[in-house]
Amino acid sequence: MNIHAVRAIYVKEMMRFFRTLAQSFISPVLSTSLYFVVFGTAIGSRIQEVDGVSYGAFIVPGLIMLSVMTQAISNASFAIFFPQFTGTIYEVLTAPVNFLEIVLGYVGAAATKALFIGVVILGTAALFVDLQILHPLAMIAFLVLTCTSFSLFGFIIGIWARNFEQLQLIPLLIVTPLVFLGGSFYSISMLPPVWQTISMFNPVVYLVSGFRWSFYGAADVPVGISLIAIAGFTTLCLLVVYWIFRTGWRIRD
Amino acid sequence: MTPIVDVSNLRKTYDGGFEALKGVNLAIEQGEILALLGPNGAGKTTLISTICGITRATAGHVRVGGFDNVTDFRRARALIGLVPQEIALEPFETVWNTVSLTRGLYGKPRDDAHLEKVLKQLSLWDKKDARTMELSGGMKRRVLIAKALSHAPRVLFLDEPTAGVDVDLRRDMWETVKQLKEDGVTTILTTHYIEEAEAIADRIGVIRKGEILLVEDKQTLMRRMAQKELRIDLVQPVADLPAALAGDNLRLTDDGHALIYTYDTTGERTGITRLLAALSDAGLAMKDLSTTQSSLEDIFVGLVKEEDAA
Repeated sequence: MNIHAVRAIYVKEMMRFFRTLAQSFISPVLSTSLYFVVFGTAIGSRIQEVDGVSYGAFIVPGLIMLSVMTQAISNASFAIFFPQFTGTIYEVLTAPVNFLEIVLGYVGAAATKALFIGVVILGTAALFVDLQILHPLAMIAFLVLTCTSFSLFGFIIGIWARNFEQLQLIPLLIVTPLVFLGGSFYSISMLPPVWQTISMFNPVVYLVSGFRWSFYGAADVPVGISLIAIAGFTTLCLLVVYWIFRTGWRIRD
Repeated sequence: MTPIVDVSNLRKTYDGGFEALKGVNLAIEQGEILALLGPNGAGKTTLISTICGITRATAGHVRVGGFDNVTDFRRARALIGLVPQEIALEPFETVWNTVSLTRGLYGKPRDDAHLEKVLKQLSLWDKKDARTMELSGGMKRRVLIAKALSHAPRVLFLDEPTAGVDVDLRRDMWETVKQLKEDGVTTILTTHYIEEAEAIADRIGVIRKGEILLVEDKQTLMRRMAQKELRIDLVQPVADLPAALAGDNLRLTDDGHALIYTYDTTGERTGITRLLAALSDAGLAMKDLSTTQSSLEDIFVGLVKEEDAA
């Protein structure tokens, strides 16, 4: 294990984050506050309690998931896309490192950043609504797993993308709709039966549901299935990354 | 002694079907400076990229320090430092951080004293906190060299290091390479500037269309193919060569003012005495004599042309 290399990549990526700390901090706080003003206060005041919690509190886990997923993807995809864009990827390819070490460095840093954003949003949300966290350990586990798996997913997108447009394409066309339709702002049980069935094919439903369960104890799907789903997604992404480095797809001639 | 870099029957065919390397064999000895000469598109960069692991070989093996660069890639790669042809640096990183990154990637613990030595040697010390995007082109190239030396490699690859660099940097670079040689570091550089190879290399390899045409000691190569030219300036121009002098090795310049005689310095007889006697017999008055030695460039152009004709 080339631990120095993992550390070198991780530190470099984290320094990039700290250089733009103000941006990294302000934008999630601002967007979360806006969501609370619009959904929590303006619209939420007209919505009854969902699953026994106020609407403002109900959307907190979904909001955190929304930001964490998009941040994880954009951090990780940019982190591995940019070296390919500037050509500096050559030194990662020639260094005595294997795929796991590269992934640990890049994905570890991207996941750390996403986790940081998630915690910031949680803190911001606590200013607006009364939060309760029934299962704090499960909450942390869901948060960390989501940060990791979506950073892995972003890493794959970053290797796949040939230009900046493609880098935005997948998050915009697939991830955002999945997250919005994944029960971040509503309970799946509020949907007509047909859409409930369709929603079961959306992986984000399992994440949001499990995460919300760790807060309020109520879930759309059993929490065990949520855990299996996210573990499966993480494994799938890892396998894809392994395949990429094995075959050299898009990174080695 | 086993070679520090051993390339055997290395082939590379790109997805498009282009055959960049056609079975390259190359043994590089520890501590030598090898110059790989070749025209653009000869396969120089592909060869280096394949040894270093950027490109995957279609067939054949590479061993660095005795370690296979695929099955034992950690130990093989840890010995290598690479300075790529294109300048590639992350624009927002400082010089110090980007050099530290390379050292870490190569699995070496932090060593500020070593980095300081490398940066000072390359006149980069006062730029260590500058972002790479603030540097001039020559400075960026110095940073690339510093990165390659950050982990004290045993084998250094310089892919066309002096393309577009000024005299100062070129001199510094050669000074660095010579110092590395004293420490036993092996250097492989590619170039299409022949003077470069002539100035610094111990051995010269010529590569063309994915094949190594020859690898030879620089002195031997130059001696073996050394031809000299004797130029005889005449007092009075002549329209034609006198019949008595006509021969393969002698020709008249276009204006008729001088004769050029080509001869081989390694031959038993150069034929100069006979030529001069014949000249005076023909009644041609000589104004001046001068000789020129063929440079490596002439040799190289000769080689590549010969192959083209074949």
